[in-house]
Amino acid sequence: MELMVCIKQVPGTSEVDIDEKTGVLKREGIDSKMNPYDLYALETAFRIREERGGTVKVISMGPPQAAAVLFESFMMGADDGILLTDRRFAGADVLATAYTLAQGIEKAGVPDIIVCGKQTTDGDTAQVGPEIAEFLDIPHVTNIRRIVAAEEKTVIVEMDMAETVEIMSVRYPCLISVEKNIYTPRLPSYKRKLEIGDREIIRLSLDDFSDRNELHYGLNGSPTQVLKVFPPAPNTDHDLVRGDSGHLAAYLFERLVERKFIRKDPV
Amino acid sequence: MKKLIIHHDRIDDPEKWVEICPFGALEVVDGKLEINAACKMCSICIKQGPKGAFESVETDISAVAKEEWKGVAVYVDHLEGNIHPVTYELLGKAGELARKLDHPVYALFSGSGIIRNAEKLRYYGADEIIVYDHPALEYFRIEPYAAVFEDFIIKRKPAIVLAGGTTVGRSLAPRVAARFRTGLTADCTLLEVRENTDLDQIRPAYGGNIMAHIHTPNHRPQFATVRYKIFPTPERRKEPSGTITRMQPAEERLKSRIDVREIRKKEQQMNLEDAEIIVVAGRGVKKKEDLLLIRTLAAALGGQTAATRPLIENGWADPRNQIGLSGRTVKPKMIITCGVSGSIQFVAGMQNSDYIIAINTDENAPIMKVAHLGLAGDLYEIIPRLLAKMTADPS
Ligand SMILES: Cc1cc2nc3c(=O)[nH]c(=O)nc-3n(C[C@H](O)[C@H](O)[C@H](O)COP(=O)(O)OP(=O)(O)OC[C@H]3O[C@@H](n4cnc5c(N)ncnc54)[C@H](O)[C@@H]3O)c2cc1C
Repeated sequence: MELMVCIKQVPGTSEVDIDEKTGVLKREGIDSKMNPYDLYALETAFRIREERGGTVKVISMGPPQAAAVLFESFMMGADDGILLTDRRFAGADVLATAYTLAQGIEKAGVPDIIVCGKQTTDGDTAQVGPEIAEFLDIPHVTNIRRIVAAEEKTVIVEMDMAETVEIMSVRYPCLISVEKNIYTPRLPSYKRKLEIGDREIIRLSLDDFSDRNELHYGLNGSPTQVLKVFPPAPNTDHDLVRGDSGHLAAYLFERLVERKFIRKDPV
Repeated sequence: MKKLIIHHDRIDDPEKWVEICPFGALEVVDGKLEINAACKMCSICIKQGPKGAFESVETDISAVAKEEWKGVAVYVDHLEGNIHPVTYELLGKAGELARKLDHPVYALFSGSGIIRNAEKLRYYGADEIIVYDHPALEYFRIEPYAAVFEDFIIKRKPAIVLAGGTTVGRSLAPRVAARFRTGLTADCTLLEVRENTDLDQIRPAYGGNIMAHIHTPNHRPQFATVRYKIFPTPERRKEPSGTITRMQPAEERLKSRIDVREIRKKEQQMNLEDAEIIVVAGRGVKKKEDLLLIRTLAAALGGQTAATRPLIENGWADPRNQIGLSGRTVKPKMIITCGVSGSIQFVAGMQNSDYIIAINTDENAPIMKVAHLGLAGDLYEIIPRLLAKMTADPS
């Protein structure tokens, strides 16, 4: 069984601030970590490997320093890592990111199952997985809350819909994205760190892909563009009341009556 | 299309400038500054770097013939034909956008045995309701659903496509957007259209700390998803309008490598999104037992209770009742927050509520800037007094 997990390095904190005058992002330091949702994707792949054997590869697109998250996944138990890194990938939106990952996956060999996390913490909301599946022309299922079984030709999964749970079988090769908490992710192990030693990661650039047209990658390959960023607008209509608790409770009571949230029965 | 270029002659000390990029996209390679794949095109380097060293240049990309793409389409989200209310919200927005352009509004309705429900859509301003009704579409499986979506787009060529930020919408919209090699902006909170049909899309980014204004200048159609309860529900019209068109999907496109084996209904629970009144407990509530106070107030008002993330993490409340960026988005008629500071992530999930009341001992808490009515006081004193008034009111 060949498994591949898409992982991403994200900023270590979401505490970003913005300079109202210049519209420029202010972020203290540039510490980063693995996207927390990806830990569940990794764990899912490890569980399937434990059941059926095989290998778990990890793949990431990012700057050279994103190699850190690949090493972290080695310490959790991943077998191989591929980093797609090239300055021509810069400025990629969802489409260009998914296309780049699909090209990398194709180059590395499309596995039986590609596992993605639910979303990333730094903005992409769960779109990259389905777009990768489209580029590879394989089926995808999102919102998976349980792997029932990985069989010979199909994986049986439980998909969490708003009002129902659907149990479906999906033929290989396929892409699945898993819910947070599907399984408890294992911790990176020091013992494994020693075993890994200086395992190499595979670095691929645009020149390694089957599609080498620069216009399909990075900013050039991104249909969406960020025009600007700005702080959220505050509400302007407010009423702040101070005083002792009796007064505050009475004031609140009056407002609730006025707005008919509390009905005063006619005497 | 834009591209960043670096004028190396204007940079004397490359190492010094690596730090100005908050994304770590600047690095020194062979003594020269280079931009790597982490670049988000935020333009900070242009503004904060050495004068004239970073420049954004237009690269020549052949633009689409925008006039060939007309109409605003809404994907009808449904379960066994029962239409999800986000659909009506989107139809309301679609109508607004389409009027400005003098374009038609389309509703794309695909499923099995759903035709009887199409009539309902005629009361919300769609000019044409396009129905794909076929047994292969009984369950949501990605290939046949994407195939009929594609068929619809090829036949009607809408300039804009809106889908709900639901489980189905978030899976289907990116798949179809990728098929057309076009852009998709998720979780938009504001949409406006320009005369040239370019859609201005505003969405929260980086954990809701900032808003991003996004557009798709050279591709059509422009896809956007919007969460439930972001836009208002339009009034149901008295008279139906628009036509219903049945489309015949090509059989060979409806094959799927997915088999649905079983569907289990989840135990029916009240969705927080549907509550008209919500009382929220924050960390100002000191003990799990004290939640009784919040529940009593909610019950007295005929509402639901919810909580902020720290309380969910403590295991004090059901995760389904978390409001915020990583929880639910709600838009009730009234929301009372009790001991909630009003972090950006919490506010992202409730700021569109009709009437917001905050009870907080700290009158400088951020929630007070969001609340229509802020009470600077102790929830442990105010709520019991309010409850006493509600039960003892002599009138
Ligand atoms: C990526 C990300 C996503 C997140 N998503 C969410 C989310 O979806 N939902 C969410 O809620 N949070 C979310 N958070 C966490 C969020 O940042 C805040 O930590 C959280 O909302 C704070 O909850 P709180 O207001 O209950 O607690 P606090 O911030 O601790 O505020 C408690 C408030 O209670 C007041 N208080 C204390 N005692 C009393 C009293 N007796 N009477 C009245 N007032 C009193 C205090 O003055 C204070 O303002 C997220 C964070 C991150 C980084």
